[in-house]
Amino acid sequence: MNNRGMIIAGIIIFLCMITFPIWYNVVGGKAAYTPEFKIVSKEKQCVESTKYMRAKHMQLLNDWRNSVVRDGKRTYTALDGKKYDMSLSNTCLNCHSNKADFCDKCHNYVEVTPTCWNCHVVPEGNKL
Amino acid sequence: MKIDRRGFLKIGGLGILGVAAKPVIDVVSKVKLAEASAKKRVLVEKRLAMVVNLKNCKEGCTDCIDACHRLHNVPNITNPKDEVKWIWTESYENAFPDQEHRFIGGGMKGSPAILLCNHCDNPSCVRVCPTKATFKRKDGIVMMDYHRCIGCRFCMAACPYGSRSFNWRDPRPFIKKINPDFPTRTKGVVEKCNFCEERLAKGLIPACVESCKNKALVFGNVEDPNSEIREILRSNYTIRRKPGLGTGPQIYYIV
Repeated sequence: MNNRGMIIAGIIIFLCMITFPIWYNVVGGKAAYTPEFKIVSKEKQCVESTKYMRAKHMQLLNDWRNSVVRDGKRTYTALDGKKYDMSLSNTCLNCHSNKADFCDKCHNYVEVTPTCWNCHVVPEGNKL
Repeated sequence: MKIDRRGFLKIGGLGILGVAAKPVIDVVSKVKLAEASAKKRVLVEKRLAMVVNLKNCKEGCTDCIDACHRLHNVPNITNPKDEVKWIWTESYENAFPDQEHRFIGGGMKGSPAILLCNHCDNPSCVRVCPTKATFKRKDGIVMMDYHRCIGCRFCMAACPYGSRSFNWRDPRPFIKKINPDFPTRTKGVVEKCNFCEERLAKGLIPACVESCKNKALVFGNVEDPNSEIREILRSNYTIRRKPGLGTGPQIYYIV
């Protein structure tokens, strides 16, 4: 290797530049950014536990959809025995009256674009 | 018994021929055909249908259309290429092309007939749908699952009644006032009448039937011999649209 010094210096500069976003955030103290969630709800308890809803709300909504559209069954019985009308616009969004903070903030952060609202109507008065 | 190579091949060949002949014999024996036709008419407890009494239908009245389209967020697109309709009118001779002749009397010629999805017994749209987005419920309603519709429009080609509309454009700007209790549709899906499935779930009759002041529309269960609709079918002569196609339409017309 004739230009050992140059090559090693080049590699170091390259590594510094490619890892710039990581150490810049570490130095700036903004590491591991997570969006702030505002869970607004009229009821104290969601249809299932918060932990379950956070992890599985998409499966739950899919199950609700299939049940209502394909089987015509519209009542959901939660684990604690309470009964709910399976409706995204009326049950979910009536309680969570802040779609922008509640749905969109997190979906934007993890970069998923559910197509629910192409058809389903956001209730009036819900902050868009 | 000693068997030589030639004899072994002969016996083996005959055996294979026997196995191969089985499906051919099945076809000829008609066993499967009999099974299929036996399944065609099964006993059901509920079969929802509608009678349209064109004698009671007042020309110029659009109450049923307005009620349905307002409730279901059907866009009002005036361009006939893009229009979306769940319930609409067509002149009698166009609605019943196989009844058309030069001397149509009784004031029927050119008079409007109310048309909607026929919720067929043997729906061709369900048969062609590649994603099973369109399906027939046990009570006879031909339903759509808009979540599954890929917009291929096979159903539109298959439906002989023109009951299906495609959303060529985003329908929302064309809806005067969005009903928040019912979803709109999105660009790229097919839509049609759902016999007010969401109202039936609450124990209400379809919106078009409810809105008609002249009692031109009657809705009910034709499997119940004591129902109002059966009484009307008993006491009146009724026709259906294009019955010869074998789709088994369930909208009956009194003309």
